[in-house]
Amino acid sequence: MISVHHYLLLSAILFSIGTLGVLTRRNAIVIFMCIEVMLNSVNLTFIALSKHVGNMDGQVFVFFVMTVAAAEAAVGLALMIAFFKNKESIDVDDFNMLKW
Amino acid sequence: MYSNLWLIPFFPLVGSIINGLLGKKIKNEKVIGGLATLMMFCSFLVACQNFFRLMGDSVKTHQVVIGSWMSVGNLQIDWGFLLDPLSAVMIMIVTGVGTLIHLYSIGYMHGEVGFYRFFSYLNLFACAMLMLVLGNNALVMFIGWEGVGLCSYLLIGYYFEKKSAGDAAKKAFVVNRVGDFGFLCGLFTLFWALGSKGVWTVNFVEITENAHLLQTGGLLVTVVTLCFFLGACGKSAQIPLYTWLPDAMEGPTPVSALIHAATMVTAGVYMIGRMNILFAMAPTTMMTVAIVGAATAFFAATIGLAQNDIKRVLAYSTVSQLGYMFLAMGVGAFSAGIFHLMTHAFFKACLFLGSGSVIHGMHHAYHHAHLHDDPQDMRNMGGLRKKMPITFITFLVSTIAISGIPLFSGFFSKDEILWWSFGSNRGHWLLWIIGAVAAGMTAFYMFRLVFMTFFGEQKTDARAKDHIPESPLTITIPLMILGLLAVIGGYIGIPAILGGSNRFEHWLEPVFGEALEMHHIAAHGAHATEYALMGISVAIAIIGIFVAWTMYIKNPELPAKFTAKFAGAYRLIFNKWFIDELYDFLFVNPCKRIGTFLWRGFDVKVVDGVVNGVAWVTKGIGAGLRYTQSGYLHNYAVAMVVGVVVIVGYYVFG
Repeated sequence: MISVHHYLLLSAILFSIGTLGVLTRRNAIVIFMCIEVMLNSVNLTFIALSKHVGNMDGQVFVFFVMTVAAAEAAVGLALMIAFFKNKESIDVDDFNMLKW
Repeated sequence: MYSNLWLIPFFPLVGSIINGLLGKKIKNEKVIGGLATLMMFCSFLVACQNFFRLMGDSVKTHQVVIGSWMSVGNLQIDWGFLLDPLSAVMIMIVTGVGTLIHLYSIGYMHGEVGFYRFFSYLNLFACAMLMLVLGNNALVMFIGWEGVGLCSYLLIGYYFEKKSAGDAAKKAFVVNRVGDFGFLCGLFTLFWALGSKGVWTVNFVEITENAHLLQTGGLLVTVVTLCFFLGACGKSAQIPLYTWLPDAMEGPTPVSALIHAATMVTAGVYMIGRMNILFAMAPTTMMTVAIVGAATAFFAATIGLAQNDIKRVLAYSTVSQLGYMFLAMGVGAFSAGIFHLMTHAFFKACLFLGSGSVIHGMHHAYHHAHLHDDPQDMRNMGGLRKKMPITFITFLVSTIAISGIPLFSGFFSKDEILWWSFGSNRGHWLLWIIGAVAAGMTAFYMFRLVFMTFFGEQKTDARAKDHIPESPLTITIPLMILGLLAVIGGYIGIPAILGGSNRFEHWLEPVFGEALEMHHIAAHGAHATEYALMGISVAIAIIGIFVAWTMYIKNPELPAKFTAKFAGAYRLIFNKWFIDELYDFLFVNPCKRIGTFLWRGFDVKVVDGVVNGVAWVTKGIGAGLRYTQSGYLHNYAVAMVVGVVVIVGYYVFG
């Protein structure tokens, strides 16, 4: 029997992978994908707990999160294209102009 | 019945505001000057109406309140005006002489860049002066008192591009502040003293009514009156605060005539007159006033003997004549003091305006010849009587008046003062001697001025000497009117001994009578004594004139011989007894040193040090912390994750 614990464990693993990816990868698109993984792991948590508790609120939240993720993808990709036009690169280590 | 009293200061205020705000746009000198003069004339008409109404009235003290100023507990202070014989005389002098001087200024100030500014200040001055004399309580009076001080400052500094004018203005203001400090101390002490007896008031009528609550000759009333006297010393240029007045001659000549001769400087005398009941209660103060007055009269006259600047002679003469007024106040001759105030306003205004007319002519001639000689130096004048006949005659008449020659106004008032200083029970024969000698010196230096300016050979530079014109009508008309007043002004106060009834004294009796009667102040003496004293003082004046004639007409080489023989004494009085230098040494320089110390030592090191130190520490912290802004995305991401982990960890495990 697959209990809510398994879902939560999977969600935690996915979240950690996402976080690790954000922290270690340099390619902006990969980082972006890692963020999506993190968001979806959270979505999974919402769904699992919603089912477990028997309350629809969590599912509603998931829709919001997905909407935000879609919007974020649109803005983020646009930013990256703009950046690539200037720097010929999407390595985040080249995104370092905002500093002392 | 007297409800239009407020119009008297209101008219000049309107003129001042209009000229001050719009004068720059109006530009037309006739409109600006005409408006200012018209406003003064309107308030003169209202003053006349009230004056004559008061003459026919049996009640002599009227208060008109136009609004409440402040109300604190039992204390009620109004915007109130007081009309009694004393303030009636004062408003007549201020508005009358003021109108003439405004008219004169139109001609004298012609072509000046700040023409509108001048008339705006002059109107504002008239407003403040009228508030001063009409206020029914000490606070309204104080507004006027400060207002005239401000206008005096502005007008002395009228030629502000000249450093000497700016310095003179500052000096006048600062010295006046010392006096104002005394005035305020006196006012607060009086307020507290009467308040502790249950009467909280600053109203003059109530002060007069309740003065008996204080102990006659007591410490309190003496302190109060001495403080007020210090205030009067500042405003009326008495020893030790007289030094600003001669410097105030840096202002335009009409200003010297209006503010520094006829009106503002008499404010101190007026104030003592207003508080006569308190002064009468303090014999010590009265004695101080008399001694200071006599000393000033004498001392300023000695300086006047040796000055060569025509306006400076008149300035010292003003200080000296103010000394006479204080002498009068000090010996209880209140009405004689006010009488001399009035006659002095006539003849001294005329003298100043006459000197202005001379300077105007000299300036015109030098300008014509492109010379830069000093138009005020009498050594460049001489023989002007043929060039400026009207100026000469009015000047001569006023000089005779100030010298105390019988039948002219100055004789009646000065003689009254001298008689009281001898015969009054608050007087002393020494005071009389000082006064009489000063009168002789007055006659000498005034005739010296006339002889040097109008008689003898013309010493003006040859290129300029034929271009000195008589002044225009706007200048000569005020001269003629004031000259006439200088002759006949004294006839309203002919003393009883000369067959008159001294109507002036009777007129002021409702104000001064009570104090004189209550404290038994009167001048006693045989008629023979009075005649003798009168004869002696006239003789002294004539001797003064004769000496001046001998030295400056008959033997023009005599003055040089005298100055050579008494070189030390001459240098002493020529340099004004080095009083300015003494004050610089005693007060001005120490103050400057303290100021420099507070600037360099305290302000720069301590205050700036603290402020800069705080900024320096903040800057250091910022310089250290800015390295956290690396610009690398991963650093920020790590910081964020660590932060989240710590916070979540705190809530989960903490």
